[in-house]
Amino acid sequence: MSKKHWPLWEIFVRSKNGLEHRHFGSLHAADAEMALENARDVYTRRNEGVSIWVVESKNITASNPEHNGELFEPAQDKVYRHPTFYDLPDEVKHM
Amino acid sequence: MSEEQIKNLEKQFEERILRDEKIEPKDWMPEKYRQTHIRQMSQHAHSEVVGMLPEGNWITRAPSLRRKVALLAKIQDEAGHGLYLYSACETLGVSRNELYDQLHSGKAKYSSIFNYPTVTWADMGAIGWLVDGAAIINQVPLCNTSYGPYARAMIRVCKEESFHQRQGYEIMMKLANGTPEQKELAQDALNRWWWPSLMMLGPTDAESVHTEQSMKWKLKRKSNDDLRQQFIDQTVPQAELIGLTIPDPDLKWNEENKSYDFGDINWDEFWQVVKGHGPCNKERMKARVGAWEEGEWVRDAAMAYAEKKQERKQKQAV
Repeated sequence: MSKKHWPLWEIFVRSKNGLEHRHFGSLHAADAEMALENARDVYTRRNEGVSIWVVESKNITASNPEHNGELFEPAQDKVYRHPTFYDLPDEVKHM
Repeated sequence: MSEEQIKNLEKQFEERILRDEKIEPKDWMPEKYRQTHIRQMSQHAHSEVVGMLPEGNWITRAPSLRRKVALLAKIQDEAGHGLYLYSACETLGVSRNELYDQLHSGKAKYSSIFNYPTVTWADMGAIGWLVDGAAIINQVPLCNTSYGPYARAMIRVCKEESFHQRQGYEIMMKLANGTPEQKELAQDALNRWWWPSLMMLGPTDAESVHTEQSMKWKLKRKSNDDLRQQFIDQTVPQAELIGLTIPDPDLKWNEENKSYDFGDINWDEFWQVVKGHGPCNKERMKARVGAWEEGEWVRDAAMAYAEKKQERKQKQAV
């Protein structure tokens, strides 16, 4: 017999309309439909959500923290992207 | 990597934790950090799962519908807590099946308290009040632990745990205020669960092997003895309030320390239970392994059905 185990799914829950889906955790299920049903029982027993997304974990591509330097550091010296970089006279209001 | 590079990385790692930064799954971490976390988190998950068994014993015999729905919800929470923790543990690169194998083969431990029998309904009260009470004391500091997925799982667990303790105390309160026979049931349950609950907070600081390293990694914020003292100090007045007596003749308020002095704990009993010789160790493992093995055909069938559906979908797409 096949010894195929239920794959891992990542669970995202929208706690109420107007908010984004947020990562809640993961679980095992045979397919997407079962992942949704299990996610409902595991992660929303107390009205924590109004919508659930499930994504099989293997389909997520994640950045590698070892490359955080080249990925994120270039943003650090670009102060001109922030409003406070620009000097304006005090008389100018609401800008 | 050279030894010096590793030393360097380890130093940076310890500094990050010192700064209260969280460690996330893909971050570099010392192998010992990974192993220690797998051990502690999986033990914790196993305890939640095995912890369902002593309570499952009373679902069909709960004295009212109100008690029954509460007990069912509590047990379902425990399954949920086990699943949060297993999934957090899997982020460290260990598979769910490896974790189950470790539990089923006896290689991994679970909390020794679940190896005691639940012989009366009052035990449901005592477990909620004392066992979940002790668990909360253990778990609240873990909401700030250094490993991100563990801390996030613990926040969720702690939010849900408070209902468990309150429903247990309510059961005890009701029995303690009931007929003399009911009060006796409550007292008897307290007598049997008190000492194992104190043991549940772990060996004395002098005997605890993992404390120092775990403190550094914030896997532990307070020592076992401090947690135990905290548990005793908060629980004794709760027992007095409902007219029950803590089964410890040496228990005495210490005005100077503003806390209770208490009698000697029977650590031989604790180690016997940890080593597998408690009253229900074999029964618990038999039930757990049985559930896993007898459920195998269901898991296989679900997988086969999912594959069939997938194939059908692909054929239709062609």
